[in-house]
Amino acid sequence: MIRHATLAALSLALLAGSSAGAANLQTTAGVQTIQSVSDPLDSPRWEDMRKMFFGDAPVIFDERVRVSAPRIAEDSMNVPVTVDASALGDARSVLVFADFNPIIKVLEFQATHARPSLGFRLKLQQSSPVRAAVLGSDGIWRVGGAWITATGGGCTLPSTGSSSPEWQERLNEVNGRIWSRVDGGERVRMRIIHPMDTGLAAGIPVFHIEDLALADSAGRKLIEIQTFEPVSENPSFTIDLPPEATSGGRLHVSGRDNNGNRIDAWVTP
Amino acid sequence: MGDTMITSVPRALLTLLLSALAPLLAQANDFDYRLAPRMIANDVYALIGTTEDFSFANGGNIVNSGFIVGPSGVIVIDTGSSRRYGEQLLAAIATITDKPIALTINTHHHPDHFLGNQAFPPDTLAATPETIHGIRTEGEGFSANMYRLNGDWMLGSEVVVPAKTLAAGRIRVAGRDLEFLPLAGHTASDLVVIDHDSGTVFAADLIFNRRAPTTPHADIPRWLAALDTLEAIPAKRWVPGHGEVSEDTAPIRHTRAYLEWLADTITRGAEAGLDMTEMLAMPIPEAFADMNLAASEFRRSVTHLYPAAEQAALKR
Repeated sequence: MIRHATLAALSLALLAGSSAGAANLQTTAGVQTIQSVSDPLDSPRWEDMRKMFFGDAPVIFDERVRVSAPRIAEDSMNVPVTVDASALGDARSVLVFADFNPIIKVLEFQATHARPSLGFRLKLQQSSPVRAAVLGSDGIWRVGGAWITATGGGCTLPSTGSSSPEWQERLNEVNGRIWSRVDGGERVRMRIIHPMDTGLAAGIPVFHIEDLALADSAGRKLIEIQTFEPVSENPSFTIDLPPEATSGGRLHVSGRDNNGNRIDAWVTP
Repeated sequence: MGDTMITSVPRALLTLLLSALAPLLAQANDFDYRLAPRMIANDVYALIGTTEDFSFANGGNIVNSGFIVGPSGVIVIDTGSSRRYGEQLLAAIATITDKPIALTINTHHHPDHFLGNQAFPPDTLAATPETIHGIRTEGEGFSANMYRLNGDWMLGSEVVVPAKTLAAGRIRVAGRDLEFLPLAGHTASDLVVIDHDSGTVFAADLIFNRRAPTTPHADIPRWLAALDTLEAIPAKRWVPGHGEVSEDTAPIRHTRAYLEWLADTITRGAEAGLDMTEMLAMPIPEAFADMNLAASEFRRSVTHLYPAAEQAALKR
């Protein structure tokens, strides 16, 4: 079963009165009313997450920040997740994290011209909420998420690439394809050969892609992604471009890993 | 007042907890699978498990096993999901015949088909070379997962690798006219056992009856070819790996229809550029509504099969 971000009755009630809540927020310095909203995913780690990522900034749970994921992860090394903040309207920058992973931050992306949505896979060490957070121009963080049950081991197991010589010859090789969408936009899917070692498996140092960018042939940046250790081996991404961001031509993928190896490839329709 | 409040609350909670747990404890703590051999032909018996997933409630008894009583001994087909299952299967056989175990077959390397091996004479344990290799290399991992899913039902269960190799062919075993037909597709090796005396085909996990097929090691084109081979056998009855015994080929055709739909859905999804989360949200067609666990097995199968289909679509 696919689960979208769900909201507890409490935060639903808050959303129903969100305009009043926002007005209240702007006119009063104290934002405690909003900060005290309880986590709809009821995670014991939520307070730590809030302090770590948002500090004193106001945070609300908003079902328009959608996190789609399986309820149960069949493969803890490759848990498929799609985050989609399109319903917020003006979302550009999205942060993704998993409360109970030993390395909590999964990735961040800035959808400069792409839709503010991204499909990817991550490693889960144990059952955990996976959350997406968007900072609005009003200074409020809006958070959505889903619990994923996992048997675990995803972050402390060695990558299959680390025991195979093949990746060394194919490191940072990109396979991608562009599809036209019925709305006039385009979908880009790509997979990059990289072990994405977390550094948590004995004797295997941390080795992962840090930065990725997708641009059109005129050099216009469509999306930038900063990936961290929990992103799955041989990362794969699903990116959607709205009609106004499409060029009909090939797209350039660039980036680098933490050892300075470059990614430089073209994806063709 | 304060004292009574403090002590009475936990006591009430404890009573509540115990009364809630009582049926569970009564049901499970004898660890008896209540295996009941059913005679499906002269001297041929099947033990039919539930069509569920592994759980503490069923102790892993979600699998079919069987045995054939030959003139000079017993041929056992699969040994179940735990040491306890194996021991209880052996005891169930002893209620039918006092003949010795002549041959104990593991049809393939999945844990519910071999983790009862400990109960049987080691020199009777037999499988194909691929299955022996699979049990040797993946058995411990499977076993750990079974402990996690079935809990204390697994106590004392250990992987025992068969020593004897089975090859294709028609031979007499314990005076019985048997044929070993090594097929593949559910795993790298799925051994079909044909009892020519009774016209019974033990089809291993190549056939699932009203239970969605599982695909962690599946090669669907090979599986479909194996189903064609099975359907051409002029058998009187088929014993599937999971689900009821059948006297017609309907379960073969239903398994084939599901696998064809699954393979087609996955290929078309990858070619259309769908993300895996979009694949997981696909509805199950009404035609498979009578298959137990169709929705959850479909989602597991997407995890198993979609990555290869995606790569094929990206590389073109």
